[in-house]
Amino acid sequence: MEEINSEPKQKKVFQLLVDNTSGVLSRIAGLFSRRGYNIASITAGVTADPRITRITIVATGDDDILEQIEKQVAKLIDVRDIHELKPEGSVYRELAMIKVRADAAQRQSVISITNIFRGSIVDVAPESLIIEITGNQDKIDAFLRLLDGYEILELARTGIAGLSRGIEDVIYLDE
Amino acid sequence: MIGADAIVKCLEKEGVEYVFGYPGVAICPFYNSILGTNIKTVLVREEQNAAHAASGYARISGKVGVVAVTSGPGATNLITGIATAFADSIPMVCFTGQVDSKLMGSDAFQEADISGAVESFVKYSYIVRHASEIPRVIKEAFYIANSGRKGPVLIDLPIDVQKETISRFAYPEELSMRTYKPTVKGHAVQISKVIRELEKAKRPIICAGGGVHLSGAVEELRTFAQESGIPVVCTMMGLGVMPTEHPLFFGMVGNNGQPYGNRAMNEADVILMVGARVADRSISQPDLITENKALVHIDVDPAEIGKSAGPSIPLVGDIRHVLEDICKQELHGDYSAWTAQLREEKDAYLAFTGEQKKDRRGGIDPAAFVRALSLAMDPDATYVADVGQNQLWSCANYVMRSGRFLTSGGMGTMGYSVPAAMGAKLAAPQKQSVAVCGDGAFQMEMMELGTMRQYHVPVKIVVMKNGWLGLVRQYQHLTYHDRFSVTDLSGSPDLDKIAAAYGMKYLHLDREEQMEETIAAFLKDDEAALLQCDISPDELA
Repeated sequence: MEEINSEPKQKKVFQLLVDNTSGVLSRIAGLFSRRGYNIASITAGVTADPRITRITIVATGDDDILEQIEKQVAKLIDVRDIHELKPEGSVYRELAMIKVRADAAQRQSVISITNIFRGSIVDVAPESLIIEITGNQDKIDAFLRLLDGYEILELARTGIAGLSRGIEDVIYLDE
Repeated sequence: MIGADAIVKCLEKEGVEYVFGYPGVAICPFYNSILGTNIKTVLVREEQNAAHAASGYARISGKVGVVAVTSGPGATNLITGIATAFADSIPMVCFTGQVDSKLMGSDAFQEADISGAVESFVKYSYIVRHASEIPRVIKEAFYIANSGRKGPVLIDLPIDVQKETISRFAYPEELSMRTYKPTVKGHAVQISKVIRELEKAKRPIICAGGGVHLSGAVEELRTFAQESGIPVVCTMMGLGVMPTEHPLFFGMVGNNGQPYGNRAMNEADVILMVGARVADRSISQPDLITENKALVHIDVDPAEIGKSAGPSIPLVGDIRHVLEDICKQELHGDYSAWTAQLREEKDAYLAFTGEQKKDRRGGIDPAAFVRALSLAMDPDATYVADVGQNQLWSCANYVMRSGRFLTSGGMGTMGYSVPAAMGAKLAAPQKQSVAVCGDGAFQMEMMELGTMRQYHVPVKIVVMKNGWLGLVRQYQHLTYHDRFSVTDLSGSPDLDKIAAAYGMKYLHLDREEQMEETIAAFLKDDEAALLQCDISPDELA
């Protein structure tokens, strides 16, 4: 159903470089929750410089909200940089692990779907398999749709990590 | 030297004059080290008031207010004070004692995760883990608190860190922060766009907010208004940027503002928002200030620009620097017809309200009282309004000359006026400091009469007494058809006896014909005094 007179919700991927202080993640997560911003996913990991953490946040909202997210996050003292990773200029990857119920009879067909998507089987048990698959979110969503006929017992998705393409947008972490 | 000594040394380096607080075991090393230094300590009667006193001090002195309380309940009691300072962007550094760092996270006695609890009310917070970090942390904290958009910073100090020995102390001369670089100078291109917009304008108006006071730009704003001939309105936090009787000043805007001020905003074709955040009580319909008009938004905090209303020209920078740069540009604009029109509207309104016979049922006319009080005060006095009807009467009727008007605008914290007036008096002992509150707020803050007495801080306190929580009663009158619920304050103490108990002069005003002489007696001499001003509960703000 189309909402009338309201700006469409958009999704944006933000890349943050933050000082690796204690509590930095809770400061960022707290900002989103208290201002009512929606996070679709958040991932964090240290960069080549151990003092700096790279955080990738997928957020949804209308234009005004997405602009406020960028400004309010930039205001946090620990945040060195925030900018959008635009889809056309960036690479996003997410890892998903999917535990599927599959007995000996079903096993082969699950394996062949997995191969088509360049996933791999990382655990085999008498009644289940764990599939590991990496890709952008669309690929993972498409793969999950293909598994519709099977019973998914457990699903773990990491949320996306991303980088901009080329060297133009690289942020150098000099003092 | 131990950590606590280092903290005190850092405060000396920062030029700290007063520490407001309340000790407990977890902050005792600090309070031990501060003995024998030139830093003066003030023991308030409840922690929240330490923050309000530091706020009043900071707003009058232009320096960072400093607070030190103990862990657990001491720290949590402080939260409302911190939130109040945050909402009004008041520079403040708050030290909280903390349990031994080895016990943190174990639910130890008087342990509270204060840095977690205040996360959304501070500009930044630190938990100090090693005494060697103290000089850097304190240097950063003062810088963060008093630069960019100002605000409170909290430093949590585990007791073992305060007691830890450090071999050498060096206070950093320079500060390098990778991640925090507030914009000071306005962008030259944006500034010339503003000038061009103003030259096209026929009906421009300046709406000045608290940022003008915070950046110390009152003189610059007055100069700009004077030289350009652009009329000025202000928000509640901006009150005082112009003298009330200035021919270019058209009052406060917003819900509780002057009708002619709001009308001027609506009729303008260019609005310059200067250090104001387009908050809901000032601008209830943000769409209206962008409809058919250009909005120039000048603020040091880029996140405020575009938050509530999308500006035509955003301009990020410190207000004082930006106004200085704007004044250097040539501006050819003639707004005299517009200003004359506004003046006509204002005069017509004042004449109309002046003619109306007030239907009054006893008690003192609060509007006349505020006006008389402010005119009887020294021109450079500080007037601190509390929260409630007294605040709205104060905002609407206070006559600003060269003093300051303080109030808790963003958070609307009852019980702000007495401790803030105390801090203001300590910041400028030669100036009068007058707190005006209702009998509700007074009972939230009257314990501070003890602090005033102990440290000889001669604050003047007016209690506008109507026996009710007046503003909520008014709301219940208008919204719930006089179903008054939990707003009756009967049982309040006899204020003459309260004043006597604290050795204060007491005056009582219940007859209008005695207004001037009572106010004069109240303000006479630099001594603490309490004036009870009886107001009818039916009086609306």
